Order: sequence, then structure tokens, then C-alpha cells
Amino acid sequence: MGRTLFEKIWDSHLVVEKQNNPSLIYIDRHLVHEVTSPQAFDGLRINNRKVRRPDLTIATMDHNVPTTDHSLPILDQTSSVQIQTLEKNCKDFGIKLFDIASPNQGIVHVIGPELGITLPGATIVCGDSHTSTHGAFGALALGIGTSDVEHVLASQTMWLEKPVPFEIRVEGKRKNPHAVTAKDIVLSIIKNIGTGGGTGTVIEYRGEGISDLSMEQRMTICNMSIEAGARAGLVAPDEKTFDYLRGRKYTPKNFESLVDTWRDRLKSDNDAKFEKQFVLNIDDIVPQVSWGTNPGMTCDVTETIPSPDEFSKGDSNQKKGAEKALDYMDLKPGTFMEDIKIDRVFIGSCTNARLEDLVAASKVIKGQKISSNVKAMVVPGSQLVKKQAEELGLDKIFMDANFEWREAGCSMCLGMNPDILSPGERCASTSNRNFEGRQGTGGRTHLVSPVMAAAAAIYGHFVDVRKMDLN
Amino acid sequence: MEPFRNVISIVVPLDKVNVDTDQLVPKQFLKLVQKSGFGKYLFFNWRYDENENEKSDFVLNDPKLKNSKILVAGDNFGCGSSREHAVWALLDYGFSVIIAPSFADIFFSNCFKNGVLPISLNEKDVERLQQETGIVEVDLENQLIRMPKDEILFEIDSYKKKILLEGLDDIDQTFQYEERISEFEKLSTVPSVL
Repeated sequence: MGRTLFEKIWDSHLVVEKQNNPSLIYIDRHLVHEVTSPQAFDGLRINNRKVRRPDLTIATMDHNVPTTDHSLPILDQTSSVQIQTLEKNCKDFGIKLFDIASPNQGIVHVIGPELGITLPGATIVCGDSHTSTHGAFGALALGIGTSDVEHVLASQTMWLEKPVPFEIRVEGKRKNPHAVTAKDIVLSIIKNIGTGGGTGTVIEYRGEGISDLSMEQRMTICNMSIEAGARAGLVAPDEKTFDYLRGRKYTPKNFESLVDTWRDRLKSDNDAKFEKQFVLNIDDIVPQVSWGTNPGMTCDVTETIPSPDEFSKGDSNQKKGAEKALDYMDLKPGTFMEDIKIDRVFIGSCTNARLEDLVAASKVIKGQKISSNVKAMVVPGSQLVKKQAEELGLDKIFMDANFEWREAGCSMCLGMNPDILSPGERCASTSNRNFEGRQGTGGRTHLVSPVMAAAAAIYGHFVDVRKMDLN
Repeated sequence: MEPFRNVISIVVPLDKVNVDTDQLVPKQFLKLVQKSGFGKYLFFNWRYDENENEKSDFVLNDPKLKNSKILVAGDNFGCGSSREHAVWALLDYGFSVIIAPSFADIFFSNCFKNGVLPISLNEKDVERLQQETGIVEVDLENQLIRMPKDEILFEIDSYKKKILLEGLDDIDQTFQYEERISEFEKLSTVPSVL
């Protein structure tokens, strides 16, 4: 019987196979950052172990770096200690680090692909749940905890129960691809299958609606696989994938011969069996806005906030969850999405801070001013993205509109650095999680695409970006 | 890791679904570089008001439940961020058994690395346990939860059970396969990064 792409990658990385128990798989790429690694390096020291393959490991600092001038000292003492700890650990264990002064520093899931470190068919891990992003290249990319970070550092392997393959087929064509984006596709998927809908699975995104997307858009989709609970999400590589990786800083020297192998092998067989399936037709989808405290609590921008009864469809636990979410978000059922006013706009994160995202948002902003009631910021995903954007003059477009233009980092996606919401503030955010307090204690997050965030910045409330001229 | 022994305790019923790891440990407490001391930050925003006084309506602040070792929660527990700090906080607070209808994958895996036992039960059994006010015993060896008037069997894979019962170090286990790893590396066609 045929195999899925995921099963092919799994089989080719098995070191020890065990039925009905975790198997030991080999890891080709290990990405390390400052927040989830200090305890792992400590563990190595206590047990007198070394890093087995520093040549397959790279590190950067992204989660708690300030996005103000990177040449200034970090004021937050604990952040500073964590960053210095990573520097020391990388030095002691011989790991390549893109530090805060490096032109290649950035969000780990942005720099992996843009430096050509992410490869099709590879197994990639990082102590961060959004590692699923790298699946856009046809890699098996898994977020792991700190104990597994230590395990991979020591052995270049990890124990994993084999997930089951889940096919999500995206069919049809968006009527207005400038206004209805990859973010809207993935939010629609999560709205339909739920935040636990992908638990125990590796999602393969397939169909015309996926092959039509650019690599950066595919990254947005795969990035949010974890928000549906999936272990990973991936897309079979095609010519767009190879073109994206060709000629990047760390693309392997034998790239073309690798491409020949990948082209033949890295796809699901026609008779492969997926244990779960879901189909989304995108002919008629519209921009999405989350209203609650998990990414499944999302609706069309043209809709009103649902009542807990409508949302929960008879499940009493989900109903309680929705009531609590509306209370936290200070929203009433029946309110039109477009009537909700916002205080802040954040364009950034490993979901939506790549060059295409910034270009798309800048087209909405160009020649306009943001609402006087709104504070807005753009945080490019990496120093390279920032540089490319500045070469296109995007910094000027954003700053002319009264956006702040910042240095690269995770920033207000999780607010570990000084970029946070104040209690009660409401934010249109291009990030991935609208959990309680995620962007700051008491802060209220609405997940949207970069163009929807930009439009909301101008009007001071959500608007259907399809109404605006984006050409 | 200490071998896992039977846990005998009252249970804390946490009547919420989709409890994410941002709630278990908010991000402002992720900056520590050690594993200890996270218990005081567990459910920080639910436990304390803005002046850091305990909120009386949150279940962990119920004086009768203060020393519990068993947390019983709703569906999809531990979703979101991969932060292992969530497990360190539960353990440091005193919980060594978490029971729910389902768990997020990364959280579930993180539990076993720290000697915490996550148990999935059907919704009905979870509800029964949430209503139980008496002493409960979790017996991993026999995969049994003993309540004063009832008992519930639970499933766990044999490898994970062994790891917990014997308190085994995962990495030591893996090093037994050193030859297989080296052999794999000889055949691997994936180039180094640099």
C-alpha cells in the first residue's frame, strides 16, 4: 500500500522502531532559542554530556529581545541573563549562534527558511510549538519541550509515538486573494476542526488552494497547525519550494542533486491512506477575525459575535468556555464584528512577519494615517526581512502612517519583552494565539491577517478589507 | 528522576476546557534559567488579583483543597505553547497526577519527562472524579484509580509506564542504542548546516 509524505519521512528517520510504543527517530536540524534551552544545557553539564552534532544545531535569540535599538543594553535584568546564558551555552558547546548583533538574527521560524537551513524531507525540532512552520517545505517539523531539547542535544534523536496522517484538502480559488489570505484559510480550518481537531496527527495540506500559495503563505498555514493541536503540519515540496531555497546563505552545496531526489520522493502516493480527512472549499471564504480566547473562536468579519449556545452546539463544557471568553473579551453576542473598536495593532510574529506580509499591509496603509485612537507597530520577523523591507521603502510608508517600525523579534506575540498590552486594551494582531493574557495581563487579542490588521489601524475598528482598493 | 509511587490525595476539580500553557505559567515567568520554583506562578492570573491577593473564586485557593496532588480538568488540557515550565509549575506546586478527557501532545509528552502522570479518561469518569470529595488513590502499577466507593481502570503505554515506575533517565535509555545511531549517521544524506 502507498505511503503518505509524512510516513515516508518517518520511515527514513527511524533509528529504533517499536510497535505501539514510542520509536527513536533521528533529527536533521535542531533550532535553539534563549527561553526553552537554559535548563537543557544545565542538564548536559550535570551529567557531563556533550552536544552530539553541533553541526546540525543553530541558535538565535528572539523571544525576549527588545525591538527597540538592538545596540543598546537590555534593561530587563532577567531577559538579559537569559540572553547571556544562551551566548555562554553556545560558546561552551560549540553551537553557531545568530546573536542580537547579527544581520541574520530573527524569529527562529523566520530565519530557518530564509537562510536555507530548513530542508525538504528533513526532521526539524525546536523548543517552540510553532516549529510546525518549517513543514511548509515538506519537512517533518516538531515543537518539543526542554527535556527533549536536552535529549536531542545529547543524542540527535528523540522518542516519539507515531502520529497519524491527517489530510486537509483546500479546494477552490479565492475571489480576492489580496484581501482573503493564507491566514484566513488557516483560521477557517481551525474554526471548523477545533483547537483539538488535529491532536495526535500530522496534517498534510493539499489541493489547489495550497499549491496556489507562495512559500511564505504556506508557512503561515503550517505555522498554525499547532493551534489545531496537530503534532506537525506539512505541504509536499514543489518547484516553488526549490526556487525559494535555491541560493540562500546555508543552502547545501549539493542542492541540485538533492532536489532531484526530493522531486521524485517527497509526495504522498496516490493510494496512500489518511486516517482523518477534512475538506475546505475557499471559493467563498471571507476575512476572518477571532472573537474569543482560543483560535477556534473565530468568525467571518461580516458576522456578529455568536452566542455561547450557537457556538457550543449543545456541548455544555464548550458553552461555559465561550461564556468565559466573552466575559474576558468584554464582548456581547450579536455585536457586529465591524463595530468593535481597537486600541492597538500588532503586525509581526512567526505567523505573519515575512516580507510578503509587510508588503501586503503596506499597500493598505500607503498614503493614509492610522486612527488617532490607535497605537500601531510593525515588528519584522528578522533583520533580513527588515533590511529587504527598508530597501522597498516600506519603513517610510508605515512610519508616515504613524506606525512604529521596530527591530526583529517575537515581541508582542507573547509579550516577553517590553512590548505588551495594558489591561483592557484590545489589539488587532497578526500573531497566532488569542489566549487570555497572551499579549499582556488583561489584554484582549483578535487574530487577523496583515491586511485586516492594517485596515483596522486606519479605521480604529475592524473593517472588511475587501471593500478597500488594494491594487 | 524519582520512581513514581502511588499517589493518595483529594482531587482538585478544575472545570475548564482548553486550559492552555499560557494559563499554567504566564510568559512573564519564563525568564528563569532553572527548573525549580515555578509552583508559585502556576495559574498566576487566575489565582491572584492585580495586587497579588488570592482570588477566592478560584478553585486552587479553596483552603480544603490546598494540599492536593491530583488535578482533574477538562478536554484538551495543556494546549498551546511547548513550554515545559507548565509541567515544572504543576510539579513544584504539588501535583503529580493530571486527569482529563484529552491532553495536547507536547504537554502530554513533557509530563513523562518529569515524573508527572497524565491520565486520559472518558468524560463520564472525569465528571465522576470531579465530584469526588473523598480520598483517591492513583495506583500506576495496577493502572487503577481507587475512589472511596468505586474504582476506574486507565490505559498507559508500557514504555511510559516503565519510565515512570523506575524513574528512568530517557537519555541513558537512548545511549543503549549508540551503535544504531552511529550506523544511521553513516548512511544519512542530510548535509550539515554550515
